[in-house]
Amino acid sequence: MNSTDKYSKLTRLCHWLSAILILALFAVGVWMVELSYYDDWYQKAPEQHKNFGLLLLCIMLIRLLSRLVSKAPPGLGKKWEQTAAKVTHIALYILIFLIISTGYLISTASGKDIIWFNWVHVPPIISYQDQQADIAGVVHQYAAYFMIFLAVIHVAAALKHQLIDKHKILQRML
Amino acid sequence: MKSLYTGLLALSLFSASATAAHYVIDDDEKGAHAAVNFKIKHLGYSWLTGRFNRFEGHFNYEPGKLEDSSVKVTIDTTSVDSNHARRDKHLRGDDFLSVDKFPKATFISNRIETINEEEFKIHGKLTLHGVTKDVVIDATKIGEGKDPWGGYRAGFTGTTELALKDFGIDYNLGPASTHVQLELHVEGIRQD
Repeated sequence: MNSTDKYSKLTRLCHWLSAILILALFAVGVWMVELSYYDDWYQKAPEQHKNFGLLLLCIMLIRLLSRLVSKAPPGLGKKWEQTAAKVTHIALYILIFLIISTGYLISTASGKDIIWFNWVHVPPIISYQDQQADIAGVVHQYAAYFMIFLAVIHVAAALKHQLIDKHKILQRML
Repeated sequence: MKSLYTGLLALSLFSASATAAHYVIDDDEKGAHAAVNFKIKHLGYSWLTGRFNRFEGHFNYEPGKLEDSSVKVTIDTTSVDSNHARRDKHLRGDDFLSVDKFPKATFISNRIETINEEEFKIHGKLTLHGVTKDVVIDATKIGEGKDPWGGYRAGFTGTTELALKDFGIDYNLGPASTHVQLELHVEGIRQD
């Protein structure tokens, strides 16, 4: 396989790192909101969710840059499949950044910094909007559900190309 | 003849309402000399305090005629403020106030019991989280008199304690945190 048929090395690395982080963050997010007040993780889980959410932001920014400066391999499959793939990819990017932004807005709604891994102070941009945490919370939640729904379609489509169409699609990302 | 009748009617209405002066609470839409505060124990180690920023109300008050006095307050539950946005989000949610379903809490007095000149018990109905219960507010008069801008004011404070589960709020905050104390500071502007 020609190297131009693959995504760039950095894009591939970021793709898999963000995939793992996104699934973990989603699982933790769904779990942590149901924790009771006396649970050991009641404080820790949201804190780590924020830490790793911001780590995802860093990876996604590198990934976006890497994707924009390097050439993507040509599309596979029928015209409509290529269009659908493109739309899904763009939607995933938008949703991921939307989810990270709204997470940031929830965390900074009191006007306090997020202290990233006890290290970097991330200051609030907007705060003290009366219901900021509530509105951002709803968007964060439903955008995450929709993003996971698209991710399932994304994986299903990849498997379909790999297994049914016999396109070597996974090799382009490995 | 008709105007005389209307005049008499107006007079009788006026005298009925004149038994106790009518006051409007100086809420945040006006000068904000009133507060609806609450406090609850955190783990049993300290008090967590908060307040409702938006509410409105009025009362009728006449010194020495407390039987003719009454008070009504409506609280906007969405305005809960404990100085921590994520906790406020939690308080507005279904674990606590369920403000989507119950955006208002109200207190309406039905009887005022005199203890002495400055102290009295306000018996009434509090509706919170969709549940209406009888509560008694221990009230103290702080003062009354002319303000510097041509008006007349009277002010009170009141406290009461509520069991959260009485109002259908059963989120487990631990054994030290089953009750919340409400603290009301009210200044009314007399409506002449």
